[in-house]
Amino acid sequence: MRADLSLIQDWIAPHSRVLDLGCGDGAFLAHLKRTRQISDCGLEIDADKIQKCLEAGVNVIEQDVNLGLGNFESQSFDTVVLAQTLQALQKPDEIIEEMLRVGRNGILIFPNFAYWRHRLYLLWRGHMPKSEHLPYEWFDTPNVHLCTINDFDTLCRQKRIKVLHRTVVDDHQHSSMLMRLVPNWFGINAIYHITR
Amino acid sequence: MNDAVKHIPADSVGLVQPQKYHFDTPLVLRSGRVLERYDLMVETYGTLNADASNAILICHALSGDHHAAGYHDPDNPKEKPGWWDCCIGPGKPFDTNRFFVVCLNNLGGCAGSTGPSSIDPETGKPFGPDFPIVAVRDWVQSQARLADRLGIARWAAVIGGSLGGMQVMRWAISHPQRLRHALIIAAAPKLSAQNIAFNEVARQSIMSDPDFHAGRYYDFDTYPRRGVTLARMVGHITYLSDAMMRDKFGKDARSGNFGRDLRSGRLSFGFDVDFQVQSYLQYKGEVFSKNFDANTYLLVTKTLDYFDPTVDFDGDLSRAFANSECKFMVMSFSSDWRFAPERSHEIVQALLKARKDVSYLEIEADEGHDAFLLPIPRYMRALQAYMERVAQECDTAAQEPRDAR
Repeated sequence: MRADLSLIQDWIAPHSRVLDLGCGDGAFLAHLKRTRQISDCGLEIDADKIQKCLEAGVNVIEQDVNLGLGNFESQSFDTVVLAQTLQALQKPDEIIEEMLRVGRNGILIFPNFAYWRHRLYLLWRGHMPKSEHLPYEWFDTPNVHLCTINDFDTLCRQKRIKVLHRTVVDDHQHSSMLMRLVPNWFGINAIYHITR
Repeated sequence: MNDAVKHIPADSVGLVQPQKYHFDTPLVLRSGRVLERYDLMVETYGTLNADASNAILICHALSGDHHAAGYHDPDNPKEKPGWWDCCIGPGKPFDTNRFFVVCLNNLGGCAGSTGPSSIDPETGKPFGPDFPIVAVRDWVQSQARLADRLGIARWAAVIGGSLGGMQVMRWAISHPQRLRHALIIAAAPKLSAQNIAFNEVARQSIMSDPDFHAGRYYDFDTYPRRGVTLARMVGHITYLSDAMMRDKFGKDARSGNFGRDLRSGRLSFGFDVDFQVQSYLQYKGEVFSKNFDANTYLLVTKTLDYFDPTVDFDGDLSRAFANSECKFMVMSFSSDWRFAPERSHEIVQALLKARKDVSYLEIEADEGHDAFLLPIPRYMRALQAYMERVAQECDTAAQEPRDAR
């Protein structure tokens, strides 16, 4: 399982209902089923990943998150997870609203575009930042809505979303004093636990 | 045993023999009428395990029957296998090394189970139009009695495509304790007005055939060949997609032919068959009319029209599923316009609302509604993976101490 996902599992209550938007190969849901006996549901559009979910015994629904969660009842899940997908959505603000309509709380993981290396890259080279985490060219990137930690905080304030937890980590999912003090400069990934 | 029969492939269930089961307990039908006694024609593949936890039921669609896999005739190398042979056999998704697979001809059918062409013991003549219209729930009730007879308290899975998928839904609603998994493929929660319209054209073409004789054609030693042919031609169009018909009938090298291959290379400027698609449909329709009873066709289209699992639940499908205990797998095919993916979305949405375990796949396929019968690679892989999970649970169930139920 991806290390960033192991960080958020403590926010998920045993026997709760978890909806994972863009659930990939289903490893996270499979892990939560084993360790926390959750009721699982994953959304995915990639056929190979869907096959992996079936092989992992995870409930998977072939559905594009960009088309919304209209088929899900309000407050029908405890937690809705959106890991490394926010930046690739067409209307991320609407999906965040949807997450908190369908779930009692939401967990998001996204790359912080204001990380100092990205800032320097743009400042010195004058090109759109590329890195290990953002390996794409500007024209072929799936990441159409990159944001910073400050941006996300602003959006939460505007939408009156409560931040229950926030963790800012590096590549290896470790945090440091610098990251805690000035997250918007030194955090590579931001992890948010939100509710209404 | 199959070594002796050279034309049978290694991954086939081999030579199979249908078996007739007789039932004496009257069956009260949804219509209120009663079927005093009836026969069900059944085929099984694989072996039922000691605690009867590995049985799966295959429900057939409009023109299917009990012969879902394998071969009947050892001497006919041209014999086609059962209608879902691509899915049933050793190593196939419905793996006969692990599952005991049951398939039956539904009541009202014409392949051995009691239906309009059977002899009515009261009169000594075929039932014909007097055979009662059966509903999907009546079929499922008769299937449950067959399960009792076979010693199967709970199916590991009930599986069906199209009208078969509707039976699976009815199982999950009416017998929630009797199945662990429901696989609903290329189905719809109920027919649309367009679906019913096509069925009506089919029925009218049969009933307006002079050889129909108000359904008593058996007495005249004939059958409504033209009517059934026409009905099947219309039906067949709805099973295919535009893209598939182009592909099948547009192999002519001239560009822009759009699936309009000529039969003889030139136009007749008359009403003869000019295009390949015409002769194909007529051929398919005629073959079907020889093998399928007209009254059964009428009956089954009505069964389809009447299917509505929400009827006892104020039209709310999620309430219908509220008591279901099984896990669900729903599948649709991108080019299916008879029961389009949107119809499967309705089922999935109701299951989500009812907070059931559900997986849903929309398989990219050009084959239209017929895709559910074909060995499309992604479809087969997905079925295989899902059934692996079902099989593992059978193994676990076998190890658990028997409960007091």
